[in-house]
Amino acid sequence: MMDRRRFLSLGGLSAAALIAEACESHGPKGALKVLRWAERRNESVERFLFRHTSMNHASADRLVGRRMPSYYISKGPPVWDEAVRGKWALEVSGAVRTPLRLTLEDLAKLPRVTQRIDHFCVEGWTASTQFTGVRVSALARLAGIRPDAGYVDFQSFDSDYHESWDLESAMHPQTLVAFMREGRFLNSWYGAPARVHSPVKLGYKNTKYLTRVVFMPQRNGGYWSDKGYEWYGGT
Amino acid sequence: MAKPHAAGKRHHWIVRATHWVNAVALTLMIASGLRIFNAYPAFARKGETFCCWPWEGTAAPAWMTFGGGLSGARNWHFAMMWLLAVNGAVYLAFVWLHGEWRDLAPRRGDVRDAWEMVKFYLFVRKTHPHQGKHNALQKSVYFALPWLGVLAVLTGIAIWKPVQLAPLTGLFGGYVWARYWHFAVMLLLVLLGAGHVFMVFAVDPQSLRSMVTGDYDESRSPEALNKRPLFRGHPKPVLAIPTAAPSPGGAEVDRETEVRPVAPREPMSAPSHPPAPSPSTEAVPVVDAADIDDVRVDDETTVATDANVGGAEIDGDAGETDGEEVGR
Repeated sequence: MMDRRRFLSLGGLSAAALIAEACESHGPKGALKVLRWAERRNESVERFLFRHTSMNHASADRLVGRRMPSYYISKGPPVWDEAVRGKWALEVSGAVRTPLRLTLEDLAKLPRVTQRIDHFCVEGWTASTQFTGVRVSALARLAGIRPDAGYVDFQSFDSDYHESWDLESAMHPQTLVAFMREGRFLNSWYGAPARVHSPVKLGYKNTKYLTRVVFMPQRNGGYWSDKGYEWYGGT
Repeated sequence: MAKPHAAGKRHHWIVRATHWVNAVALTLMIASGLRIFNAYPAFARKGETFCCWPWEGTAAPAWMTFGGGLSGARNWHFAMMWLLAVNGAVYLAFVWLHGEWRDLAPRRGDVRDAWEMVKFYLFVRKTHPHQGKHNALQKSVYFALPWLGVLAVLTGIAIWKPVQLAPLTGLFGGYVWARYWHFAVMLLLVLLGAGHVFMVFAVDPQSLRSMVTGDYDESRSPEALNKRPLFRGHPKPVLAIPTAAPSPGGAEVDRETEVRPVAPREPMSAPSHPPAPSPSTEAVPVVDAADIDDVRVDDETTVATDANVGGAEIDGDAGETDGEEVGR
């Protein structure tokens, strides 16, 4: 009896070792489906928790945020070349009644919001920084979004970088199309001429070097979302 | 006393199942968590320094990590967290509803009992203190683990939703500190978990079997064998002390019966104190030196009479009988 049990427990241990070996570091292939399913479940939990009234306020102290890392996916900092592409303008289109084209001057004339908030990076670091810009919700009102718009795609001229959002997060009062940081217009290291910024999403959801805000009936993935990072990426 | 659960089983099947699910889920959570940590192996906000972590910037070794890249590790972490939390909730609900919490809840005397265990492990005390289902050291760890688990979940939620659940994050001192506490709780869990696994193999290997099948042979328990980690145990000697006419030479040891007679342990939900005297034990003229060891006159113990059965002397703090000395 004893021996049989010992045999069984040893068998169990070696089976566990075999499974662990088969996993390698990514885990078994079959788990991918389960992970995808869990991500969708998490998304519904995150959407359930989402409130437009949940705000983020970062402390305005000392050095914080002055060292916010620069980041882009192109080889060098992407620069809008007016000679080639003409004057930069933000396009607000898709499921809207009146598509817009807003130059930087147009944007600067709209009611602006200045907020010091935390930037939450997917890697785990945070930086608190001050952005000035126009609420995405204000742009949506200007363009008159149609009822079938459930998602927004924020597209850029930084290669093919884009990230799509759920409409609720985009309509959060702290979600901005920002054109100033710490009181100055953005430079090409930090997403000039305009970028998305919001504390309600992880850093990678906040598209820089913005060209288009496209309201959509369906989600449209994203640069990092298509590489396995959570599509929702809420905070 | 009524049996708390299936006859002869040391652990209810729900406890056994949740134990192993927890072992797998917790291991994966820790390994994938370390991979996530390695993406930014520091706590300071950008442009700041952090007071309380001497190894800012030092990543965990790759062999400890799991999940592939950062995205894979995050996906594993956010999937496995549900298994860990639901499994933990099932365990806690069971332990609460089924009364097993009584084996784990702290009691007056636990500190003293834990100290006695330390003395035993350090050879200051010769015999294993009497215990209930768990010894006092073990019990304190098993009591602490669920609380640490709850803290791990709460700090984890705090860094998952620092905006939507900002009050929770604020409770832990903000995002940076919540992340720090999440890491610290993990370190504690690893420490206690490693100690637990070590003690299983070093002191009570059959507890591994009991956590699989539920069966446990009390005659080979660490208490019965006087087992210390890394040292061979020695079964407790049994003193045969004549009741009627003590022999002139003092207590004699009955070599034949040196193997301790196995009495079924009290039901597992019983408090970890010496069993109350029953008529049958008083009638048997065999006094277990181990039991004499633990006779303490305190308000929780009602067995002081046991010590007088054979007229054996109790030897002060070390808790050894003269008889035991003779037996060697």
